[in-house]
Formats: sequence, C-alpha cells, structure tokens
Amino acid sequence: MNQRAPDIAKGTDWLLIWIYLALCVIGLICIFSVEYRTGDNIMQGLLGFKKEYSKQFFFLGASIVVAIFILITDSKFFTATANLSYLFGVFLILVTFVVGKEVGGSKSWIPLGFMNLQPVEVCKIFTSLAVAKYMSRPEMNFSKPRAQIIAAAIAFAPAVLSVLQKEPGAALVYFSFAIAFFREGLPGVYLTVFLSLILLIIASIVVKQNTLFVILTILAIGFVYLVRKKIKRNPRIVVTTILIWGLCVGVQMFLVPALFEKILKSHQVVRILSTFGIDDYKFKNKERAAEIQREYAKQGTARDKGVKGESYNVKQSKIAIGSGGFWGKGFLQGTQTSGDFVPAQNTDFIFSTVGESFGFWGSVLVLLLYFGLMLRIVFLAERQRSTFSRVYAYCVGGILFFHVVLNVCMTIGLAPSPGITLPFLSYGGSSLLTFTILLFILIKLDADRQMVLR
Amino acid sequence: MPVFNQSRSRIVRLVFIAAFLVIVIQLFYLQVISGKYARQADENAIFRKPVLPPRGLIFDRKNRAILNNTLTYDLIVTPAQAKGIDTAFFCRLMEIDVDEYKKRMTKAKQKDRTGYLPYIFESSITPAKYARLNENLWRFQSAFYIQDRPIRTYPFAAGANIFGYTGEVDSNYLKKYTDENYISGDYAGMTGIEASYEKVLRGEKGVQVLLRDKLGRIQGPYENGSLDQEGVAGSNLYTSLDIDLQQYGEKLMTNKVGSIVAINPKTGSIIAMVSSPTYDPSLLTGAQRRKHFNELYPDPRKPLLNRAVNASYSPGSTFKTLQALVALHDGVITTNTTFSCSGAFYGCGGGKPMGCLDPGTYYLRTAITHSCNTYFAHVMQRVINNPKFPNIDSSLNAWNAYMAAFGLGHKLGVDVPTERSGFIPTAEYFNSPKRYGKGHWNFCTFRSMSIGQGEVNTTPLQVANEMAYIANKGWYYIPHVVDSIEGGDKLGLLDKYKQKIVPINIPDSIFEAVHDGMQGVMDGGTGRGSKVEGITICGKTGTVENYYRGVKQPNHSFFCAFAPRENPTIAIMCVVENSGRYGGSYAAPIVSLMIEKYIHDTVSAKRKPLEERMINTDLIPPLMKQEMVKMDSLKKSREDDIQLKNELKEIKDTLQSEDNPTENEIRIEKGRESKPAKDTQENKRLQTQMLDPAKQRKTSFVKTAIKR
Repeated sequence: MNQRAPDIAKGTDWLLIWIYLALCVIGLICIFSVEYRTGDNIMQGLLGFKKEYSKQFFFLGASIVVAIFILITDSKFFTATANLSYLFGVFLILVTFVVGKEVGGSKSWIPLGFMNLQPVEVCKIFTSLAVAKYMSRPEMNFSKPRAQIIAAAIAFAPAVLSVLQKEPGAALVYFSFAIAFFREGLPGVYLTVFLSLILLIIASIVVKQNTLFVILTILAIGFVYLVRKKIKRNPRIVVTTILIWGLCVGVQMFLVPALFEKILKSHQVVRILSTFGIDDYKFKNKERAAEIQREYAKQGTARDKGVKGESYNVKQSKIAIGSGGFWGKGFLQGTQTSGDFVPAQNTDFIFSTVGESFGFWGSVLVLLLYFGLMLRIVFLAERQRSTFSRVYAYCVGGILFFHVVLNVCMTIGLAPSPGITLPFLSYGGSSLLTFTILLFILIKLDADRQMVLR
Repeated sequence: MPVFNQSRSRIVRLVFIAAFLVIVIQLFYLQVISGKYARQADENAIFRKPVLPPRGLIFDRKNRAILNNTLTYDLIVTPAQAKGIDTAFFCRLMEIDVDEYKKRMTKAKQKDRTGYLPYIFESSITPAKYARLNENLWRFQSAFYIQDRPIRTYPFAAGANIFGYTGEVDSNYLKKYTDENYISGDYAGMTGIEASYEKVLRGEKGVQVLLRDKLGRIQGPYENGSLDQEGVAGSNLYTSLDIDLQQYGEKLMTNKVGSIVAINPKTGSIIAMVSSPTYDPSLLTGAQRRKHFNELYPDPRKPLLNRAVNASYSPGSTFKTLQALVALHDGVITTNTTFSCSGAFYGCGGGKPMGCLDPGTYYLRTAITHSCNTYFAHVMQRVINNPKFPNIDSSLNAWNAYMAAFGLGHKLGVDVPTERSGFIPTAEYFNSPKRYGKGHWNFCTFRSMSIGQGEVNTTPLQVANEMAYIANKGWYYIPHVVDSIEGGDKLGLLDKYKQKIVPINIPDSIFEAVHDGMQGVMDGGTGRGSKVEGITICGKTGTVENYYRGVKQPNHSFFCAFAPRENPTIAIMCVVENSGRYGGSYAAPIVSLMIEKYIHDTVSAKRKPLEERMINTDLIPPLMKQEMVKMDSLKKSREDDIQLKNELKEIKDTLQSEDNPTENEIRIEKGRESKPAKDTQENKRLQTQMLDPAKQRKTSFVKTAIKR
C-alpha cells in the first residue's frame, strides 16, 4: 500500500457513508424545521452560528473533516492507542466531576466554549476500542470467567461513573456491549439470567407483590414436583431451586421496592411506571408517595382525563407522530413542531418531527436507513479477518442499536424516556461527533480488512 | 474461534429485525390506524377564533338608520410580554397612575397564570387616548395592542324601550339556547326588538382558524386562512317607526310617568311607542354599560320598564266607546236611546250611586262626547241583563267575547317583548269562591266596569289597537314594530302581522255613530281643548281612578284617538300616570300634539305655548318622588361613607408617614443613636470580657444584627 498518499476510496464501504450522510442531512432538515419560523432569513440563520440548525451544520462540517482525518489515519493507530485512549476517556469523565457543568440536572458536561462536551458520550468510542483490543488478545478465551469479568469491567466502568454523575440514560447504552460479548461467545446462560432478571423486574412492577410471591412459590414447588424423581439421584436440585426462588423473591420483595422507594429519582419512577401504564403503584413511604404525586403533576400526565399515566413529553410526542398520518403534514407544516408542543424536540424527541412532517412513510424510511446501517455493520463485522475489527464493529452496531431502539421507542411510547439521543439526527455536537468517529473508525478498519490487527 | 460463534451473528440480525418490526407496527398503529392523535394535535395547535358579524341595523319609515353600529376600541394586554416597557410613559399616556397600572396587571395575571392570555386593559378607550396610544403603540409592541369591537349606536337617542339592549350572554342564556352556537363572551339581544329579532339581527358567526403554540400564543393563520369562514352580517330591519315623532313624544313626556302608543291603523305598524321615564339607549352600550345598568335598575321611576306593553291600567272612560259598539250591535240600544242623569246612576238602588259630572239627558253621541257615566251604566246593564241570554253567566261571557274580539284580555302578540295580557273578567272569575261565588253577583256587583273601572285592565298598546279597530271600522292588524326583514322573512317571524283580523261583523253605521260621538269629544266635549285645526280627530278621554295599597292616588289621565276621521292614518293613545285632574287635561293635549306633528309634520305656532306647557309640566307622582328622595339620601349616605372612609384613609396615611420615617430619616436617626449605643456596648463588652470573651463577642454581634 502506498504509504504517502493513502487512497481513501480504496476498500471503503461507500454504502455506509451514503447512509451516514443521508441521516445527517435528514437530521439537519428536522432541526431546521423545529426552529424555523415563517420569515426567518435562512442563509443568515444557517451561517450565523446562533440557531441550532446553524450550529449543527457546522458540527456536521467539523464531523466530516474529522471523518476524513480518520480515513487517512493508519488503522494500526487505533489498535495501538486503544488502551491509552480508554484511560484518557475515563480520565475525562473523572475530570467532569471537578469542572463539570450542570445541564438538565446532571453534571456530566465539560464546557468547551463553542460547545459542551459530554465525556460519557465520547467515551463510547474509547470503550469500544478498548473492548475490541482486550477481546482480540491472542490468549483470549471468553469462556473463562476471568476474561468475562475483565471485559465487563472495561465496558461498564464508564457506565458506573456515569450513574454517579446522575446520567443513568447514558449509562444504559453501555449495556449494548453485551451484543459484542454475545457474538464473541458469552455463554448463553448469562443472557438467560439477564433476560430472566429483566422479566422478573418487569413482573414485580406490573404484578402485585403478594400475587407474584405466590406465583413464584408455586413455580418453585411445581418444578420440584416435576423433577422429584431426579432429586433422589441429585438432591442438590432442591437446594438450587430454593436458592433461585429465594433470589427471585429477594428481587421482587426487596430490590424492586427499594429501587422505587429509595434509589431511583422520582421522575424516573414516574417514567417507568407510565411506560407500563401503571398509575396505582403503592408506595409504603407516605412522603415518597406524595413526591411521586407531585412528579406526576409536574410531568402533566393525563391521568385525570382517563388516559393511563403518560408523561407530558411522551404524550405530546405521540400526538405529533400520530397526527402525521400516512403521508405526513409536509415539510415545515407540522403544527405541533412549530407550536413547540413537544419538549426537547431538537434533541431527544427529534423523531417526532420526522413522524409529524413526513408521516408513516418518512418514519419507516428513516428506520430503514438505521436498520440498513446496522445490518450492514453486522455484515461488515463478519467479513473481518481480525478479531479486533469484528469486535469493534459489533460494539458500534450494538451502540447504534441501543440508541435507535431506545430513542424511537421512547418517542412512540414503547419505552421509558431515559434521555438518550437519536444518532446523527439529534441536535448536539457531542453526539454527532461521537457517532461520526465511531462509524468512520469502523469504515477505516473495514477498508483495511486485509490486514490482521491486534 | 470466530467461526465457532458465527451462527450468533444471525441471532443478532434477527434481534435487529424484530426490533425494527415492533417499532414499525407501533408507528403504523399511531399514524395510520388511530385517529385520535390527529384530533389531539388539532386541539393542541388550532384555535378557532369566532368572528362576530355586524348586527343588523334598524331603519325607520323615512329610511333613516335609527339603530346603527359603530366600532369601539379596547386596549388589550398580554401580561407576560409587558416586561421592560416604559411604565411611567405608558401611564402618562393612559392618564393613570402607576398603582392603577399595577392593579390592572395583577388582575390580568390572576385571570391566567401563564400571562399569555390577552386581557382587556381598558375597554372602549376615548378617542383622545386612542389617538395618543396609536402614535406610541410601537413602544409597547407585543405587550399591548388595540382591538376593535362593534357596538350599537342610537343616532337619535330615542326609543330605548323599543330597541332594548344587547348584553353578554350568561350561563343561563347559554343553557336556554344551547343549539344556537353561542359561546360565553358573545353579545345577544336581551330585551326589546334586539331580543325578539335576535335570530335575524345576529347574522352568522364566522370562524378564523389560527395556529397557536404551546403557550397559546397565536402564530398566524392556519393553512393561509383557507379554512376560515366568513360570517354573514345580520339582516337589517325595516319599520314604520317615525323617529322624529318618537323623539317628540319622549320630549312631551318629560317628567311624566306613562306612555304613548301610536299605530298606523291601516297596517298595524307601530309609529311611536313612548314609555316614560326612559333613558338614553347609548347608556347601555360600551364600557360603562354595567355601571349605568346598576343605576337604572333600582331607579324608582323604573326607566327600564316598557310601560306601553308591560303596564296595565283600568281603561277608564276610553272603554265607553267599546260598550257603545257592543250595545248597538246587540241591539239593546239605538243611537237615539236616551238615559237621563240626575247626578248619579241609581240603577242599582240608592245605596251605591255612581256619580256623573253633567246632569242632563243624553243619547249615544252626546253621552260619548260628554263621557256620561250614568248613560253607560244603563247601557251595560242592558247588555248584561239582555233577555236573550238564559243567565248572567252566559251574557257576561258573551260580553267577554266582544272584548276579546276587540283585542282585550289577552296578549296581542306585538313583537316587543314583555307584553301583558290585561284582564277582562269572565263569569268563571266571579263564580270562583275566592271572589263572590256562583249566584252571589249580578250586574251591580261590577257596574263600574261599564265606565272602564273595577276589574277591567288594559295595556296602553291594547287601547291604541282598539282605536285602530274603531278607526278601521271593524278590523285590525296585530300591532308590530318591524314591517320587513332584509333578505326576506325566512323564519316566518312576521307572518302573523300580515293577517288582517276581522273578529266580528259590525256594520259601518254602528262605527259611524261611535265616530260621531268621538268627534264630538274634540268639537265640544271633554277633549275640546285639544282640537287641531285642519284635522278631524276622533278621540275619547279617560280619567282613571286608582289605588295604591288601598290608598287612593291622583287620577291617571287617559286619552285615545284616531285621525283623520275620513281616512285614518294614526291611532294613538296616551296615559299620564297619577297626573290628577282629567283625561282632557294632559293626555288629550299630548295626543293632539302628536297627531298634529305626525300629520302636519310641525306644530302650528298657535299651539306652541300648549306644547311648551306640556313639556314643562312635572307630573311625577308624589309617591315616586318620595321614593326618589329616599334613594338619593341612601346614595348620598353611601357616598358620604365612602368619602369619610377616604378621608380617614388619608389621615391614616399621613399618620403612617409620621410613624414610619423615610429611609433618609432612618439613616439620620441611626447616626444619632449609634454613638451612645456603641458606648453601652463597649461598656458591656468590657464588663463581660473578663468573664468569657468569646461568648461576649458573639452576643454583641447578634445584637447589632438585630438592630439592623
């Protein structure tokens, strides 16, 4: 390969780049339509760096510059600096504790003057690299618990720090590394346990405490009864069953109530409850109950109107998307968008703009672009020769998947609103730059897929 | 190793696709299947602002607009946007002080806490303020704007009782007219013609479809106004009212209580309908509406009462004309039948004579001319005791049927609301145990009815209509104000006024006989003082005795007439309540002046002094005057109270300002005080420092803090 004049085009997956650009442009259009009011001077607005669409425009420019730099960087650079960059990322998060700026209740931003940087966001890149680096070690055996624990530690350390910064939404995304782990041979039992746990938690929220306790007990006794013949040969089954039963009951009777009563913030509780349509959760602590009631009132739920608990944001978002119909109201014709009805429409709820202006077909088109992007990434991952590239690709795919699914589900009322962005569409330099770098490192690695990287 | 797990990539893909499908299904549900979100979005963002069309106008017989519209201007404020304006300058423009400004702003904010709900800062601003504000409004842009609002004007300041007034609809009104698309804040006709023709006057509301944001701020027209609906202006009404005559009548009735009703007998159209005392109709429009209403409503003279239709009196001698018609038609007398009066009616025995004024012998014409009570007592005695009826019940009911045919005892159906039905007794009425009971009454029981006293009760409108009936010789149209509606009478409101009513067939000769007598009234009878040169007037005076809570009050002066006899163009009646004296004293001159004004368009110079005298005579009944004095003193004492309170407050304020020195004074005082204070503190500190220096320092600090 010609070292002096690297050919960007060679081996580069242009499909990814086109999808990327398409999404970024759609994002710009959406941000523009949120902010634009009849009579605004478009050119002045776009170049003025005052409006958010103007800022996003410049962020996109900067991102493209960064992307080009990545494409002309040697792939080895990423493997070489993976661990170092990870340390740098963690350091950035730690720095935030000192110089952090509070935005919307969480102190996780570093002000840079022209933009605010969210290290947790950026750290996804470094974590992906670090995870890929660790997983691609030649002596790596992922079936060993030691390897599993280290990998998990790498992946979740920033998440833990993020939770400490009261930004649990951003931390949630770090679960996406599970997809990469799963591909690399994480034993199925983990996933089973994990999914069971989620199921159990949901059940403890939805089903009444005592009812669930009875159900769990019946399940346990039933299981013992079914395997009663095996018990004679292997009495440990009973012990294990009792242990599992005890664990489940512990989660159901103590952990979940503890989460709701003490650990989670009241707005998070309300969000979670409203997603499941529950509005009669019994709080033991009177003060807590009152607090939750206030939070309900604050979020403007429509409980009194007979609609099951639904937070104001989600309700407005659903109205905006639902009112789009099949064909949408047309560009700049959205009444909910121009009327500012959906809060945080530029950032977390940008998808509602798509839904209102371009309707069902527009929404599906955007989703097709996203899922096309993800499936393409999985495809690229599988054609890599080096484990590093493959793991990294899965990390990117997983992160995108989590962001897109959680964000879109939030806007259409299928998931609680954890406050995570929609990649490439949401306004914000931190987010756009992060996803650009994530994606273009992958494109670069893919372009060099003939090399074996470690 | 990678190959080992390759199958898992398929699972990852499947998970991706599954998530995608779940999202698409939910999107399909939200956007395509469920329609409620589109509806909610409209509720959110679309504001349908009603556009009120102008109300219909009302024209008089000379095609002058007697009820018109004009624009008034309200100053509207959006409190949330009023930050940072030059309040002092604004207050100077509005001629208010800053306290008043703050007071109004607080009120505006109380109405709506977000502060984005527009609030009327001042309604119906004066032209001078309007001019000043308009020039400077840009300084207060987005916080203040001027909005126009149509209101009623009355170019001739007359006819308040005919037109009635419009008012803001209240919850009762909304409940009553749920199907008619009113919303609170709308104005609707509450009384008079405004109320009875509300449906045509109001027109159809338009709608302006506007876009608003989440705070309710208007963003502009929705879809460029393509969904807007223009309103339909209210229909104009054409009447036969003569506004000059109306004004003239109101002037003649100054300082009198009563009414005048003038009808065109050929059409039943009302020419003038005066109810006195009245008020300037423009008082009940515009900003001061409520205040004026609160003043008019408790006024003991009851200016809001339309006496022409909503007051009923014994008709007095005007009733005699009808008795003549009945007796002649029944054949119980002829025009030549005579009765003598020796000073009283003794037909019912000596115990209860009914006095008459001029003793002598009368036949019909002279009896009407001189209004002989005895004559008509005999006449009615014959009518009631007519042998063709088996008993008094049937004869009285037959008599009642005559009265009903003449338009008495029931509502005529005029298009001015609040009409009363008056009262003509029936046999059942007297038979009721509450009255006399069956068999316990005869003609003598109610003989005073023969001269229009006693149980009979009529409204001025009914008397005027009865004149139209006599003038027409046997028919009438239901009296009405509105002749036609612009664009046609789609609701059939005028149908009943187009039907000629011929209740019974009475030959013209009988009417001629009555006309003779009525003409005699003017030529040499009870109304001779009111003769008008060049016009043959047929009239009848009435002097109505009346009682208030059993106490006899001064007589009502009645007069009814029609003219000219040959071709009647006006049937008219006037009542002056509690004027004392006779029908010929006040009501007759007023009616004659009205007739002259109507037919000749002016009043002859010769009769000007009479006109002067009528206008200047104060005939407000003494009882009413007493009430007014009472009201005034009450009002005055209330005003005194307020004044006293204000004075007290002022005194208090000055006291307070002495109690609470200004900041400067405080500073000076402090300067004076601080020295000795310091000294004592110093001493204290020295004293206690020896005991516990740290503690002392603390306490002294606390002390100074409190002092500050």
